[in-house]
Amino acid sequence: MGNKKKITKIILTVVTVTLFLFTLFPFFIVLINSAKSSLEIISDPIAFPDKWSQLFVNIKEIWTSPSIRYASSVYTSAIITILSLITISIFSAMAAWVLVRKKSKMSTFVFLLFISGLIIPFQVVMFPLVALFRMINEAIGLPMLRTFHGMIFAYIGFGAPLAVFMFHGFIKSIPLELEEAALIDGCSKTQIFFLIVMPILKPIFVTISILNAIWIWNDFLLPSLILGIGQEIQTIPLAIAAFAGSFVKKWDLIMTAVLMAAFPIIVGFILGQKHIIKGMVSGSIK
Amino acid sequence: MNRHVKDKLVFWLFLAPALISFLVVVVIPFFMGLYYSMTDWTAVADLKANWVGLENYKAMFSSIPFQYSFIRTFLFTLLSVLSINFIALTFAFLVTREIKFKNFYRAGFFIPNLIGGLVLGYIWQFIFKSVVPAIGSLFGINFLEELLLLADPNLTLFGLILAFTWQYAGYIMMIYVAALLNVPQELLEASEIDGANFWQKLWNITVPMIAQAFTITSFLTLVNSFKQYDIIVALTSGGPTTIFKGQTVNSTELLAVHIYNVAFKYNNMAEGQARAIVFFLVLSVVSIGQVYYTKKREVEM
Repeated sequence: MGNKKKITKIILTVVTVTLFLFTLFPFFIVLINSAKSSLEIISDPIAFPDKWSQLFVNIKEIWTSPSIRYASSVYTSAIITILSLITISIFSAMAAWVLVRKKSKMSTFVFLLFISGLIIPFQVVMFPLVALFRMINEAIGLPMLRTFHGMIFAYIGFGAPLAVFMFHGFIKSIPLELEEAALIDGCSKTQIFFLIVMPILKPIFVTISILNAIWIWNDFLLPSLILGIGQEIQTIPLAIAAFAGSFVKKWDLIMTAVLMAAFPIIVGFILGQKHIIKGMVSGSIK
Repeated sequence: MNRHVKDKLVFWLFLAPALISFLVVVVIPFFMGLYYSMTDWTAVADLKANWVGLENYKAMFSSIPFQYSFIRTFLFTLLSVLSINFIALTFAFLVTREIKFKNFYRAGFFIPNLIGGLVLGYIWQFIFKSVVPAIGSLFGINFLEELLLLADPNLTLFGLILAFTWQYAGYIMMIYVAALLNVPQELLEASEIDGANFWQKLWNITVPMIAQAFTITSFLTLVNSFKQYDIIVALTSGGPTTIFKGQTVNSTELLAVHIYNVAFKYNNMAEGQARAIVFFLVLSVVSIGQVYYTKKREVEM
């Protein structure tokens, strides 16, 4: 019996390690080919690079590339992601709180309206959205396309349904007594929300922020419509699309660009691994 | 100001930021889209859209590229759902067994999920174009050396499925892992004492116990396969072309890409919008049907 268990364990380990190596193989390919010159990569895409110092030559090339504008694109991606995360979470929590606490036909209707947003795929609204953003500019002179605020505004709109839904479910389970006690103590509604309710919502904030961070950081189609490819403001995926589109055959540099695009998010994952996995799983189950 | 008015004010002020953005970004464009799909809308600012009734929908159903894209999208979705869930379940079973470093393997299987569809599309384009033939010649495997996956309209779809499975299986694995860890160990041990073998335990205990996870994973994989866009754009950009009903069509131009191309490449916004509406209706029916069916199975188990 003990022997049989040992053999099973060895077989399981071997299978797991094999699959693990297969899963990481594409990363290995990216890494070794980021350190090659264009000639080297054509002659042998699976050999180790002649000299790893080529990696820094390639990184410098991507760093200074006028179509990637790496530093500025990372900055843009970071600003848009962080501001969207904060605004989606706070605005959705505020909305969910009043929707739970006020019982009326109107609040039920608004809640159902948010929920219906969960099943609407982006493709149905994308063309009219761009048209509407243009109309807003013509009507009130506020440019929405190719701006940071337009992009973040769009993320709030698309992010709100799921966030409102998740906050709504959680707030329902918070006992009302806590808020009533604060009301008697003379707190205003605004104080009650920001000082008492918000701190309780922390775990949901984490879950929603993680789900949204991965979505927004990697998103391509929506920013390509709102910000445009090859325009002044570009996120990392737009930069990669602009670059790979213009140099289809320069695989050495494309691989370096891919490596540099993946770098920030992989570092982020390693730092916050535990929270990220827990957050994403609990997010999906709701 | 009396209390009632003040309460109302607080209600709307708290609601306003989320509600206004949601209305402007989703609700209003949705109804605009319904209207535009029945006009000759061009998105050119000065041109007024004229009512054409159901013309765009008629054009869609008689369009051979659309029919082809529709069939291919269903095929892609079906195969992706099967492939992702099969791989994810295999991963989940392995990393919940008694092996060393299982958290490390879990993280490794999960990592591709962090890579955006566009970036991973380029990675796999390079693998299929350069790395696979190079591996073939290294080991002297002619089949691999001559395998031009992205140039063969019969095979490219499988390249997409492979790339998508690589990205998504690790995430779905996590959901299965959470479900598997909830299966009571005593139940499995008791059945072992009663003489149940591996497959009997799997089919009679584990599968029913994780039925709820199946509802979630099949919903997620179905919806995300059906909507796939980023990977296709970077990996194949819809190609290569093939012949369907005597007409040239793009073999991997699945619906999400097709809608975009009709609108922007062929400059037909209104027809693209009509196809988007049908896309939405089909996705809703299919996904609601799936949830209904798996929920029913959950109860039966």
